[in-house]
Amino acid sequence: MATITLESKRRSPGLAAKRRKQALRTIAFMSPWLIGFSVFFAYPLISTVYFSFMHYDGFRPPTWSGTKNWTYVFEHYPFFWPALRNTLWLVVVMVSLRVVFGLGVGMLITKIKTGTGVFRTLFYLPYLAPPVAATMAFAFLLNPGTGPVNSILEKVGIPAPGWFNDPTWSKPALTLLALWGIGDLMVIFMAALLDVPQEQYEAAELDGASAWQRFRFVTLPNISPIVMFAVVTGVIQTMQYYTQPLIAGKVASGVIQGAGTQFEPGYPDKSTLTLPQLVYNLGFQRFDYGSACVVALVLFALSMVFTAFLMRRRGGLIQAGD
Amino acid sequence: MTQVLDRPVELKKTPASPAERTARRKALLEWVAIHSLGIAGALFFTLPFVFVFLTSLMSDSQALSRDLIPHTWEWGNYQRVFDTPGFLTWWRNTLVYAGLGTVLTVVSSVPVAYALAKFRFRGRNLSLMLVISMMMLPPQVVIIPMYLFWAKQLGLSGTLWPLIVPMAFGDAFSIFLLRQFLMTIPNEYVDAAKVDGCGDLRTLLKVVVPMAKPGIAAVALFQFFYAWNDYFGPQIYASENQNAWTLSYGLESFKGMHHTDWNLTMAATVLVMAPVILVFFFAQKAFVEGVTLTGVKG
Repeated sequence: MATITLESKRRSPGLAAKRRKQALRTIAFMSPWLIGFSVFFAYPLISTVYFSFMHYDGFRPPTWSGTKNWTYVFEHYPFFWPALRNTLWLVVVMVSLRVVFGLGVGMLITKIKTGTGVFRTLFYLPYLAPPVAATMAFAFLLNPGTGPVNSILEKVGIPAPGWFNDPTWSKPALTLLALWGIGDLMVIFMAALLDVPQEQYEAAELDGASAWQRFRFVTLPNISPIVMFAVVTGVIQTMQYYTQPLIAGKVASGVIQGAGTQFEPGYPDKSTLTLPQLVYNLGFQRFDYGSACVVALVLFALSMVFTAFLMRRRGGLIQAGD
Repeated sequence: MTQVLDRPVELKKTPASPAERTARRKALLEWVAIHSLGIAGALFFTLPFVFVFLTSLMSDSQALSRDLIPHTWEWGNYQRVFDTPGFLTWWRNTLVYAGLGTVLTVVSSVPVAYALAKFRFRGRNLSLMLVISMMMLPPQVVIIPMYLFWAKQLGLSGTLWPLIVPMAFGDAFSIFLLRQFLMTIPNEYVDAAKVDGCGDLRTLLKVVVPMAKPGIAAVALFQFFYAWNDYFGPQIYASENQNAWTLSYGLESFKGMHHTDWNLTMAATVLVMAPVILVFFFAQKAFVEGVTLTGVKG
């Protein structure tokens, strides 16, 4: 390849000019992103690494503090490990339930023959509800005082949990909210299920396969890349989980934004803490920008591990070029 | 019930074989089971909306009770939400943030996506990988330097500009989605335009963009929803100035202003949800296409 390039360059100066023109063209078309990448990604990322070794409160100039911020976050900051444990809980329970439920709803929709469009739209709508609004709605629906869910549960005679006001029930309540907004996974699984070759089902049926066997040996192998995709993106979304746990905690605790109020995230009892909330807590409530950058880097490392996994997957996100 | 189920079989003139009968009955039972599950699902997905809406119409005193259905329908609650100081300003700010942000994102992301999809150049795959990395990155990772940049260096805290201006420099998710869409346009169209003497910019504007309309529509919708739903951005940059709040950010304060009156909070919640759902009904196809495009195609 290289020799050909060299030779052609030597032979025709016109081609070299064309190449230069093409390079300029590429740079021109890419320029918005090149600027965006440098100013809003590369520079702040390097800067985050720099600040993670500095003591900085935003008022006095930053001073070198070595690994102090790192040891503070890992050893003394009371929110770090609870947030990591919560993230692990959400990855194990919320992500897997969402994938199973999304697949189930997707299969149901493909089986429904009467009023399909209506069902599909109704199932999809909650996914569109803005996160703040959806969380406010669930904080109301599940509030132990006057919430309709507990009113109904008590009428039926089921002991009503404290949901967002009870540390053991706050994450299950968030999971319920996440299952309500299953629309994205439903659509993805629906498309995948419709792509499964119909002949394979017919062949399996001829061989006398039961419904479970058909699912296990025809459906699942065909859609496994999509299941994988759903799991990995689910994990990445969990790393970014911010608005819902924050709002749920705020509303349930009764502490509302306004002059002079400071909400300690994680209500009740640190059970809704997630890593992104720590960046806000450290940086914008405690004015400890250095430690906030440490958490930001942890968040960065975790997100990148799963993103790399997503990109390396065979037949992954990147289509082979032309 | 069994009678109803059996009737179509009995009505048949030629007597069906027993095997045929059981198969028919099985299919019917399956139909009933599937649709019962469907109705159960529909209740799970719609009842939260219904309860929120019903509560938004209750009187102040009833909102403190455990009633599910309003005694009197207080449509005036919505008027009271609109009369809340700031609400209309938040509405306007949200439209500016979402509208301007969407236009800037589309204009800046289309050429980048086109280059990534149709140009051959060194570093193309690396660029694409970096775009995906940016897309997957939580905004909190770079927020400290970004805040210091916008607030301390440019003095723009208390406005939405730190959220709008970056959209003029390409949005990773939009670039990725558009690139996926442009990959599906055959190269022959681009080449033909070149043969006809079109420059790159003309080819993009006259040939590619018209063909990519569904993809552009999906990107515009996603970006609009993103800005409408954004909580973290306004919390960082606009929280100190009530006049710069957006609906998503201001919504929460209703709970504080009205103490424990869930009725007004829920009325405000309905007003934040409604536009998004209305937009969806008008653009359902583009939206669902976008979800599948980013998810499945690969």
